[in-house]
Amino acid sequence: MDLNFIPLAFGQILSPLTVGYALAALGLAVHFGFTGLLNFGQAGFMAVGGYFFAITTVKFDWPLWASLIACVVGAILFALLLGIPTLRLRADYLSIVTIAAAEIVRYTVKTPSISNLTGGSDGINGSSRDFYRLNPLPDIRYGYGVLSYNNNEVWSMIVGWTVVIVAAVLVWQLMRSPWGRIVKGIREDEDAVRSLGKNVTWYKMQSLILGGVLAALGTVLVIIPTSLQPDNYGTQTTFFLYTIVLLGGATTVLGPIIGSIIFWVVLSLSDGILTLLVSNHLLPITSVQQGPIRFIIVGIALMLLVIFRPQGIFGKKREAHFSG
Amino acid sequence: MADANTTRAKLQIGEPGPGVKKVDPILVAHGVRRSFGGVSAVDVEHVEIPRNAITALIGPNGAGKTTFFNLLTGFDKPDTGTWELNGKSLANVPAFKVARRGMVRTFQLTKALSLLSVMENMRLGAGDQSGERILTALFSGFWRKREKEITDQALDLLTRFKLDTKKDDYAASLSGGQRKLLEMARALMSKPELVMLDEPMAGVNPALTQSLLSHILDLKKEGMTVLFVEHDMHMVQTIADWVIVMAEGKIVAEGYPDVVMRDPAVIDAYLGAHHDTDLGSLTGQLEVAKELGDSFLVNEISEEISDEASSKETTDGQ
Ligand SMILES: Nc1ncnc2c1ncn2[C@@H]1O[C@H](COP(=O)(O)OP(=O)(O)O)[C@@H](O)[C@H]1O
Ligand SMILES: [Mg+2]
Repeated sequence: MDLNFIPLAFGQILSPLTVGYALAALGLAVHFGFTGLLNFGQAGFMAVGGYFFAITTVKFDWPLWASLIACVVGAILFALLLGIPTLRLRADYLSIVTIAAAEIVRYTVKTPSISNLTGGSDGINGSSRDFYRLNPLPDIRYGYGVLSYNNNEVWSMIVGWTVVIVAAVLVWQLMRSPWGRIVKGIREDEDAVRSLGKNVTWYKMQSLILGGVLAALGTVLVIIPTSLQPDNYGTQTTFFLYTIVLLGGATTVLGPIIGSIIFWVVLSLSDGILTLLVSNHLLPITSVQQGPIRFIIVGIALMLLVIFRPQGIFGKKREAHFSG
Repeated sequence: MADANTTRAKLQIGEPGPGVKKVDPILVAHGVRRSFGGVSAVDVEHVEIPRNAITALIGPNGAGKTTFFNLLTGFDKPDTGTWELNGKSLANVPAFKVARRGMVRTFQLTKALSLLSVMENMRLGAGDQSGERILTALFSGFWRKREKEITDQALDLLTRFKLDTKKDDYAASLSGGQRKLLEMARALMSKPELVMLDEPMAGVNPALTQSLLSHILDLKKEGMTVLFVEHDMHMVQTIADWVIVMAEGKIVAEGYPDVVMRDPAVIDAYLGAHHDTDLGSLTGQLEVAKELGDSFLVNEISEEISDEASSKETTDGQ
């Protein structure tokens, strides 16, 4: 029996995917958990950030810092585009517009007529160029057993987790400041906050931008050591992020980060276990059915979570989003 | 009554009546109209609110009082009309800017921010906080001093409203009446010039009403102007300097409380057939609500009555 999948699953703890999702989930917590914005297009922010970075790096040959600025500007523009028409209106408008906009982004970048820029369905490889050039680590193997990494992989992890920690500290500080008080007030009742002289629409916009930029930067940290694939930014990605945020606790800073770790470890473990069971004919399914089953498990886990621990792992009971 | 006009400073110019000019108006509204699907909810020809006085806006349910509040404070847009605070137009000014100009309102359906603590609710009411800008928010040094100031100010207000022991609790844990008090105290954090209260007494424990009345009187002493909507005629008679009566969107009477409350036209408009019902009592309100066919209100009032009955029982039991 091949049990290597177990250490490999725990390798997910530090993986670029976990880093990227931790940042995107932190951004979603800013939107949904702290401000009460129902953004169902977080995957769209990820895609916009990823494409702005990858296109400017790979196709335009911009230096790393310029591409990073492009990525942030892209996320801000996307937030303005979605926010200006909807943030004045009732909450449901934002969710409808964001879910649609995220899909529009995905279909647009896949359009064959602009594939020389976007790479079409294949996406874009090679965003790592400048990033790896900055790597000070000697070119040896790091790690132990099946968890063995080269210097570039380790460099990605170090930078990735540094960014996650810095972002977490920033968000934590913001949420304990008067600024955070306003956005939390907006989550509770925006008219009340308005009646106290706060420019609610502008604060919602700031929150949308902040959370969107976090998602965009997170995506850069994923695509540098891997590649940019349009189909990684579909609606299901947004729902994974909601799972992560609810798992960890939507109104916490640590929640989305730990949630992302748990999510990827568990997803990877369940994949390993399913593979094991299927290959030993212990489950009456084929390996083709295995993929969808994994996601059914995610769906059931999300439901159980909302029913039994709506505040997430780190949330306080009273702050639960779905409690009465 | 003649003595009312002589013992009190005169607020109006000329004979009291709908739209009468005031000696020193803080708020002037002219031709403010709002209809919902063709049905006129507010149709105010002209009204002036006297400065540094307590004005009651009364009228039967559905008279348009809340809608008028919404229009004046930028929470709703009128079909036509102009209105100004201290001579400066407020038409098309967004709600948050109206509040910053010193005109702060509370809501009929209380809007306590449930998952913020009572203290955080209060702090949110204060203006001029540099920590509310995202970049300065990142550095506590920029806003710690102001935070301390507003915390002290909030504690002071909370003590006056007997909510200081609750300061660290979630607002969600407060009773309906306490939330009303919190909302009012929170509105005062910005040190407004004009406070607009939409049914401040609704649901407030009778034991607290007396102190609430004295708080409102204090506001006047501190130089503020108060405009409030209220069904409790006892409250209106006790603290109001001036009464404005609305019915079917229009202002049908204005004057000193003792005079207006005796005006047959007002009694007619307000009470309809309920000449002899006491609107100050819940049972009286229930009668009117039933008559109006307002089932939501009937339920609410019935609930209030049974709440009161049960709270009496528990206090009796002790
Ligand atoms: N948003 C709305 N849509 C439709 N009708 C409304 C709305 N708001 C208020 N109304 C109507 O306007 C009238 C005045 O209501 P309101 O201002 O709440 O009265 P009051 O506060 O004096 O009890 C009522 O007939 C009410 O049904
Ligand atoms: Mg009303």
